[in-house]
Amino acid sequence: MVPLWYYLVLAAALFCIGAFGALARKNAVGVLMGVELMLNAVNINLVAFWRYTTAAQLTGQLFAVFVITVAAAEAAVGLALFIAIYRQRNTVNVEEFDTMKG
Amino acid sequence: MTFPTLNLPVISPQIVLVVAALVILIADLVIVQKRILGWISLVAALGALATVFTYRPASPAFQNMALADGLGLFTTAAVLIAAALALLLSVERVADFTRHAGAYYALILLATAGMTALTIASDFMTIFVAIEILSLALYVLSGFNRRDARSSEAALKYFLLGAFASGFLLYGIALIYGATGTTNLAAIAQGIAPLSVSLPFAPLLPLGVGLLLVGLGFKVALVPFHMWTPDVYQGAPTPVTAFMSVGTKTASFAALIRVLAALGSHDRPWLLALAGLAVLTMTLGNLAALRQTSLKRMLAYSSIAHAGYIVTGLAAGNPRGAEGALYYLLAYTFMNLGAFAVLLAVQRREENDVSVERLHGLAARQPVLAVLMALFMFSLAGIPPLAGFFAKLYVFSGAVEAGLAWLAIVGVINSAIGAYYYLRVTVAMFMSEPAADAAEAPKPGWPVMATIAIAALATLLLGIWQFPWMQSIIQAVSTLALR
Repeated sequence: MVPLWYYLVLAAALFCIGAFGALARKNAVGVLMGVELMLNAVNINLVAFWRYTTAAQLTGQLFAVFVITVAAAEAAVGLALFIAIYRQRNTVNVEEFDTMKG
Repeated sequence: MTFPTLNLPVISPQIVLVVAALVILIADLVIVQKRILGWISLVAALGALATVFTYRPASPAFQNMALADGLGLFTTAAVLIAAALALLLSVERVADFTRHAGAYYALILLATAGMTALTIASDFMTIFVAIEILSLALYVLSGFNRRDARSSEAALKYFLLGAFASGFLLYGIALIYGATGTTNLAAIAQGIAPLSVSLPFAPLLPLGVGLLLVGLGFKVALVPFHMWTPDVYQGAPTPVTAFMSVGTKTASFAALIRVLAALGSHDRPWLLALAGLAVLTMTLGNLAALRQTSLKRMLAYSSIAHAGYIVTGLAAGNPRGAEGALYYLLAYTFMNLGAFAVLLAVQRREENDVSVERLHGLAARQPVLAVLMALFMFSLAGIPPLAGFFAKLYVFSGAVEAGLAWLAIVGVINSAIGAYYYLRVTVAMFMSEPAADAAEAPKPGWPVMATIAIAALATLLLGIWQFPWMQSIIQAVSTLALR
């Protein structure tokens, strides 16, 4: 059987890639994609821990389903916000949103 | 087939709020007079508040997914009071910034449902879902002002940083789950105490708690996770800012207190981390607030500083500190909501922000408003006998009791710094000549004045007549088992 730490390393790597994407991308949609990668890294973690520690209970799997659901809701709200702001400013480049300072 | 015991009465406030939100969305299609929708939502918030008092504390529900103990009931009541006041505040001015009043009221109620769910959540699964419910509603609400381009910018920033932070929150939860084998707070509390060494992946626990603190720290705006706060508080419509600044804080701190109690906070590294966060948060919040000219932005930095004071109580890790934090949350609900309500009363219909200059000579134009604003400022600054003073006294004495006298000293120094910018507002109102172009704001109607009056009365009462509140706070903390 594949050892647990393989999965943990994969999840950690995916999380870091997602976090880097969220911080480095200029397009708001790109940032959202980075965040989705982070959430999916968590899902790998949850399911791996479930399989290797408490396989008799469904906690980890169930949690992963909740995360997927919430991620979908988040994407829906986020894309709606992007459209609203695109109509106003004609851009979704996060570096151009700097009207408030101080 | 056996059905698990659900104990539905425990979530009756949430049921009332969600049903009312759906009713409002449908009624929005047929009712032309949108003000009625505001009154329906206010009645729903008060109805939910009434249901809180009907059931006994300490009843678990949904297989220990939710726990309506003293802490849950107390903070639920605080959140619902904040929601009711924010709705009363909105009724008059909501037409100024949006044509979709029905959606606005429904979203406020849904955010409230998320916040109240967070206060009673006793499993990481419910904590996560509740945080997302309240956040998704607030992302949309902060972008509700279509006239102000800064509003949608605030929504975008809040959304992107909030989603980023929930990634960290979830990763922390996953690691805690891996370390303890469960997501249930009660089971975690039982598991950690005897087997702290023999847990399969025990080293992951501090890492998980650290990431969890990042996620929750974002929600309550702790430095260095506060970058969104000033922009979002400034850009969001003023009633929304008033609501989210107090409601989110109360709910998230309730969850944080519950998580820390379950993790058994004694002799653990995260208390020191919390103390460090408290110092950073208080100091940076106060220093940044000093140089603000926009009052909403100033109050945003002030709310960061107040989060720092509240964390001081949590970092103490003893019952006195937790009691202080709960008292602080209730006091902060009234004084901060009142201050934002005054800003709404003086801002013009097309405006979404107020500068300090606009308050110059307010005492001559609207003496009642000026006196009440001064009351809120004195309370936020921590001047006796107002609620803000006792709130600070309790959290700092908790810190001293826990042997963190240095933390209390930093807190007191910070209160002195904070007093400067609160008193500056008071001086501007009473001692400055009105600016030449100080065009009159519309005279605030009775709902706004009623909100301000209730908040002011509560700020006074919480300070001088504490017995009933302190009794329920002490009861709430005593059932928490802070080890």
